[in-house]
Formats: sequence, C-alpha cells, structure tokens
Amino acid sequence: MARVDTRLPLDVGPETTTAAAPAGGRGALGRLPWPSFLIIVGMLLVALGAPLLAPHSATEQSLPDKLQPPAWQDGGSTRHLLGTDLLGRDVLSRLIYGARVSLTVAAAALLAGGGIGLAVGIVSGYAGGRLDSLLMRVVDATLTFPTILIALLLAVSLGQGLRTMVIAITLILWARFARVVRGEVLTVKGRDFVALARVHGCSHVRIMAMHILPNVTNTFMVLLSLHIGFVILVEASLSFLGAGIPPPTPSWGQMVADGRGQIASAWWLSFLPGVAILLVVLAFNLFGDWLRDWLDPRLRQQL
Amino acid sequence: MQRYILRRLMQGAVLLVVLAIVVFALARVTGNPADLLLREDATAEDRAHLLKALGLDRPTHQQLLIFLKGAVRGDLGDSIRYRKPAVEVFFERLPNTVGLVSIALVGAMVVAIPLGMLAAVGRGTLVDRAAGAVAVLGIATPSFWLGIVLIYVFSIQLGWLPSARMGTPAHYVLPVITLGAFLVAGMMRLVRSSVLEVLDSEFVKLARIKGLTQTVVLWKHCLRNALIPVVTLFGVFFALLVTGAIVTETVFAWPGVGRLTYEAVIFRDYPLLQAVILLKAIIVLGVNLVVDILYAYLDPRVRYA
Repeated sequence: MARVDTRLPLDVGPETTTAAAPAGGRGALGRLPWPSFLIIVGMLLVALGAPLLAPHSATEQSLPDKLQPPAWQDGGSTRHLLGTDLLGRDVLSRLIYGARVSLTVAAAALLAGGGIGLAVGIVSGYAGGRLDSLLMRVVDATLTFPTILIALLLAVSLGQGLRTMVIAITLILWARFARVVRGEVLTVKGRDFVALARVHGCSHVRIMAMHILPNVTNTFMVLLSLHIGFVILVEASLSFLGAGIPPPTPSWGQMVADGRGQIASAWWLSFLPGVAILLVVLAFNLFGDWLRDWLDPRLRQQL
Repeated sequence: MQRYILRRLMQGAVLLVVLAIVVFALARVTGNPADLLLREDATAEDRAHLLKALGLDRPTHQQLLIFLKGAVRGDLGDSIRYRKPAVEVFFERLPNTVGLVSIALVGAMVVAIPLGMLAAVGRGTLVDRAAGAVAVLGIATPSFWLGIVLIYVFSIQLGWLPSARMGTPAHYVLPVITLGAFLVAGMMRLVRSSVLEVLDSEFVKLARIKGLTQTVVLWKHCLRNALIPVVTLFGVFFALLVTGAIVTETVFAWPGVGRLTYEAVIFRDYPLLQAVILLKAIIVLGVNLVVDILYAYLDPRVRYA
C-alpha cells in the first residue's frame, strides 16, 4: 500500500454549521451544541432506565395486537404510542431497549478498538523505523479494505452475539485510531521533555506510558467522541445485514430490517428506528466536533 | 517504477495469503468446518464423504495446503445454496455490481466536486452553510434506511420509480442515489477544504494577477490541485463503495455481489462467503494497485518514499 495521506489540507474555516460560534457565550460551554447534548443525555438516561421507562416488554409477542399504527394515526391507540410490529411487540419499548444495545456495543467496541489503536499508535510513532513503517502499512491496508467483510465472516463462523460484534468493530476501528495517534506521537516525541526523560535513564516503556500517553490523551478523547456515531452506524448496518446481536434482543438496525417487508402497510416499523439512529449519530458527531474544537483544534486538519 | 510495482504486487500477494489463512482458520475456530460446509439436512454419510473429499480428516497444516492449492487454482468450494462453484456464482453477479458502483461513483463526483468548490468559494455564506449541513446529515444517515425511505416515497407513495431488481434504466435511480449519497458527504468536505487551501496559494494569486477570470482560475488552476486528495483517498472511497454496495443491493434486491454477500451471511453459506471475501479482496487490492501506480507515475515522490 502506498502511504495514504489522510490529512486534509489546512482549513481554518468552520467545518460544520456548529463550529460557527454564535455571538454570545465566549467560552467553550457557550458553543456547546445543546440540542446534541440533550439528545445524548436523553439516550443515556433512556438506556439506563429502560426497564422503568418502557411501557411494555421489548420481546413479548402478542399476535392479536400486531401491526397497530402509532397513536396519532387512524386506528392507533395510546396503549402503543409508536405502534406495534408484525409480532405485536411494542415499538416504543423496543426502541428504548435498543438504545441499550447500541450504547453497550459502542462502549465495548470503542474501549477495545480505541485502546488497541492507541497502543499501536504510540508504539509505532515512538519506535519509528522499520516497525513503524510495517505497522503503518498494516493500518493502510486495513483502511482501504472493506473490513465489514471480515465482520460478516466472523458473525457466520463464530456465531452472532455481543462478543463477535465487539471483535468485528474493533477490527474496523483500531486503524483509524492508530493513524491519528501515531501522528500526534511523532510531534510529541521530538519535544525536550522526552529527550530529558531519556537522559534520566527512563525505559522506553516508561517514557511511552508516563510521558507520551498523557500528551495524546486529549486527541484520544476527541477520537473516541468522534467515533461513537460511527460505531453506532456500523452496529446498525451489521444488525441490518443479519450479523448483529441475535433476536429477540431489540437493536435498531435489526428493527429497520424487520420492518422492510411491511414498508407499504406499516411505514413506522422501518422509519422510526432509522430516525433514532440518525438523530443519535448526528448528535454524537456534532458533539464530537465541538469537543475536538475545544480540546484539540489542530485535529480539525485530520478529522 | 518496475521495482515499485513489483514491491506492491508482493505486498498484495502477502495480504491475500494472510486473508486466506484467516478465512481458513475462522472456519475451524468453532469446530469442524464440515458443519459450516454441509447443508442442514445432510446425513452422516454425506459428512464422512465430505470430510474425505476435502481432506478434513488430515492434520491441519495439510488441510491448509490443500485449501491454498485449491484457492490458487480458483477452486473455493461449492456454494451450499446455489449448488455450484462459488467462484462461478460470484462472476455471474459481478457485472451488475460494477455497473451500479461506477454510476454511483461518477454521480457522487459530479455532485460533490462542484458543491465542494461552491462551498469553498462562498465560504461562510448560505451556500457553504447549506452544504455543510448536507454533509453532516449525509454522514449520520444510515444508508439502508435512506434506501427504504426512498422506496416508500418514490415507489410506494408516488409510484414513479421501481423499488427492486434490475431491468430498465429507471431501476438504477434509487440504488444510485442511495449508494452515491453515502459518498457525496465525505467527498464534498474533502474538496471544500482542499479548494480553500489551494485558493490561498501563490500560483492562484499569480493567475489572478495575470488577470485571468474567476472561472478560469477556479476550474483550471484550482480544481486540478484540489482533486489530489480525492485521488489519494480513492482507496478509502472504494472501500466505502464496496461496503455501501452490500447494504444498497440488499435493500433494492439488486442481483449483484453485494446482495450475494448478504445472502451468504443469512443463509450461512460459508463457502460462498469465503469466496466472495477473497475475490472482493483481490478486486480491492487490484483497484488500489492501479490507482497507486497511476499516482506514482504522476507524482515521483511516492515512488521513492
């Protein structure tokens, strides 16, 4: 693989609509994208309090109640605010529990994939030389390979489940982290305190853990927040393709897939979970943009 | 140049062998691969026959050799669902995907490049804001859901366009939009920031001093340079397209290799899936190789890096 230069050219202008700071509120908090923030907090609360909030069971079937439209449509009732699916399960309750699945997968995959990427990035950038060029070749190969294929392969051979999902997303995620972290390490490595630590006789491991790591933590946090939406999308896509968390556990991608056959008669089945995915991913992305501009504005060139 | 190409070919070959070994190993992680290769209604006799035919009763390292030898000869086993060689099934479907993907790619470029330039030139204006909003939305929209919404609006409610399978040119419209939208957002951002940088460079200033019109400066001087990152990132875009094609073809029942991948997953057709993955890997590597060679040809710095 030729070295793919993923850095974007210098750009000092606002990248997204949120980055354009409003006149009032000079501090970072003043520019906090409040709608995004509220959606994120809302989703966290919903995921945590799912058993309390859900009006019905997410998995219990009730065939007499099947395919009821949302409350505001003709024939809908307030008993099922967002209607029911083909098996008579309450859509709202499934959406609420689905938030749990999305967040669990996102948290686990970001921890694993981000962690591995962070470690690889630090070692690669710090070591330099042949190891660095070998690792970066692997990173480039991963980035230009449709890793979703490996994820599908894992689901078929290992069987579906949370573990498979996390391994699969980790495989997709680590290279993105490794590349950016390595770039940061390269700039940190040349600073005087690293040379000083070396003169003091610190071991390489100690330098990487105590001197380099704290200096790439901001970048890492920004990367994490910028990839939450991405991971939720990947999870939804894998679930849509039948390679996600197995049913009956509700997941948004799976719900979109299940509703596909009823799109002509029951549009809400596919539409609503898709809106949930869109809103949440949008919120996390905008929040991530804000965090980047606040913690590590230089990263705007790269992400 | 020849050395560069040779080195790249070697790297590609190493990658393929690694991938083949991964595919081979994954079939064996959870038990005997015969269970993945057999139909559900297979008898014990079928099983014994398959074990012998594939050499699965031999030690693992010998099995690996048998598998690799077969792979080199283009034999990746028979699809369980289609009951014929998986490689054959793949190549029957491939042209349909190539058609869809190339139209979507060209379409995405036709939309994203002018939009990105407009946004850069009118930086901070309403156009820029709107383009930014479209990009942010585009990145957050799950493309499988976009496809379904398009079907609902244009096929079911309005009845203007067909919703599934191939046939007339009209069948292309919705899948191309779904697949293209996937790319437009990312590409537009890239073009915008890259045009912004080029606009600030010395040679653009010189062109302006020479008295060239804005149109000439933009389309002749800026665009060429601004497209460099788009070319550099072609590999990444292509990977996105291959991924997007799986989802899009699934939504629109498009008879291509993306839909085939999905079928292999839901029918647990392991031989088909391993063939699809290895063949797609060869295509991805091949496309990247060609792009990189072109790039190295155009920019000598890459060759000696």
